[in-house]
Amino acid sequence: MEINLKQPLVPSFSLQERLAGVGPTPPSSCYQCKKCSAGCPLTFAMDLLPDRVMRLAILGQTEALLGCRTIWVCASCVTCTTRCPNGIDIAGVMDWLKEEALRQGKAVDQPEVAAFHRFFLDSLRRAGGRLSEMALMRRFTVYKLMRGPQFGELLENMKLGWGLFKRGRLRLTGPPSLKGKGEIKKIFKSTGA
Amino acid sequence: MKVSYYPGCSLEGTAADYAASIAAVAPLLGVELAELEDWNCCGASAAHSINHQLSFELPARNLVLAQKAERDVVVPCALCFNRLKAAEKERQRRDEVLGDGFKIWDLLDFLSQESFLATLKQKAVRPLTGLKAVGYYGCLASRPPAITDKADWENPKELERLLQVLQAEPLDWSYKTDCCGAGLAMSRPDLIDTLVSRLYDRALAAGAECFVVACQMCQANLDLSQGRISKKLNKDYYLPVFYFTELMGLAMGHPEAERWLARHLVDPRPLLRDKGLL
Repeated sequence: MEINLKQPLVPSFSLQERLAGVGPTPPSSCYQCKKCSAGCPLTFAMDLLPDRVMRLAILGQTEALLGCRTIWVCASCVTCTTRCPNGIDIAGVMDWLKEEALRQGKAVDQPEVAAFHRFFLDSLRRAGGRLSEMALMRRFTVYKLMRGPQFGELLENMKLGWGLFKRGRLRLTGPPSLKGKGEIKKIFKSTGA
Repeated sequence: MKVSYYPGCSLEGTAADYAASIAAVAPLLGVELAELEDWNCCGASAAHSINHQLSFELPARNLVLAQKAERDVVVPCALCFNRLKAAEKERQRRDEVLGDGFKIWDLLDFLSQESFLATLKQKAVRPLTGLKAVGYYGCLASRPPAITDKADWENPKELERLLQVLQAEPLDWSYKTDCCGAGLAMSRPDLIDTLVSRLYDRALAAGAECFVVACQMCQANLDLSQGRISKKLNKDYYLPVFYFTELMGLAMGHPEAERWLARHLVDPRPLLRDKGLL
């Protein structure tokens, strides 16, 4: 998403009000020290540095944030949250924005990342509470292939899969069925996952 | 000492080597791991990224199970540990504390208690003399301290202490808790290449011959991608990635130790043979 920061922004309080409950300190208390960006290991892949995300959140630039790349390439290492002198949960804000972008059905900047998370939860729900790594890898590989033939990568992954299989590290059967699978089903249903 | 054990999903699959070394080492240190009955997945990065409520409710169910078991819970996966701790904090915040009389430990922290290190020292009959290693902690066992309750989150020292007990050579470096990006390993492997190759280079610059880790996400990311990254960057990286429990087992002379190591993609056995440790 292109954000022209030279154009005057029309500030709005609506977003910071919605974010107020994320973390122990409201994100609106950010005073732009930029410590989050200084410690972030993923800045090389971001379109907005974390301090900019915070600033745009305070200014209510919802559209720009929901369409940005930063929230999806954030690796959730929580260095930013840990080091924020104001105790703002910056990584929590990133998560909130991801969830909101999907809820609003926005075109996300990194569909692979979003798809991986979705397949993960799907696989968990289908298997009744524990993850089937095989099912997840299979589904994600099919998805990647449908987005475009990337045979080099496919070959790499197949070699890796074979390497793991030979070493007894790929479980071919699904995870065991849980006694609490009814509870799990309920949790997925009530949270809309 | 009997504790509840929450292995997490990958220890039933890709981290079977880690699981085997834990199962072997714990009894040698006098720990009985009672697997938490009917545990479920913590939801991992996927849940906290795209469904906040789910990321609380999935681990919270495990806390209810743990409460019934009335024992401390030990967790070998940094991500699971973090999610269970986050759910614990959230429950406290919501005043839903049902008298949680148990503590959630990450495995490294748990086994680094003085009494276990003393036992280990006695039983480490095959010291790992001359093995130059950097301890790599990754993110989520220590960060954020408001969740993990860790005292030394920027510069943890448990792995170094452990390596000293095993008489290996722990080296100092500045990347102990830098992220390897494991959560993006499938969706953006190109980003991993940047993050992980930096860790390789820094470890080599510190004089390391291998990594020691306490998280199967870190292990997988550093071990499984090494071939790909070497090829891509035209380098010849050879940096085996040990679980700390494997080194404990090796030093205590556990007969299965070599079998766990054989399941890595970057085979550590040539390094160990070279050092006369195998």
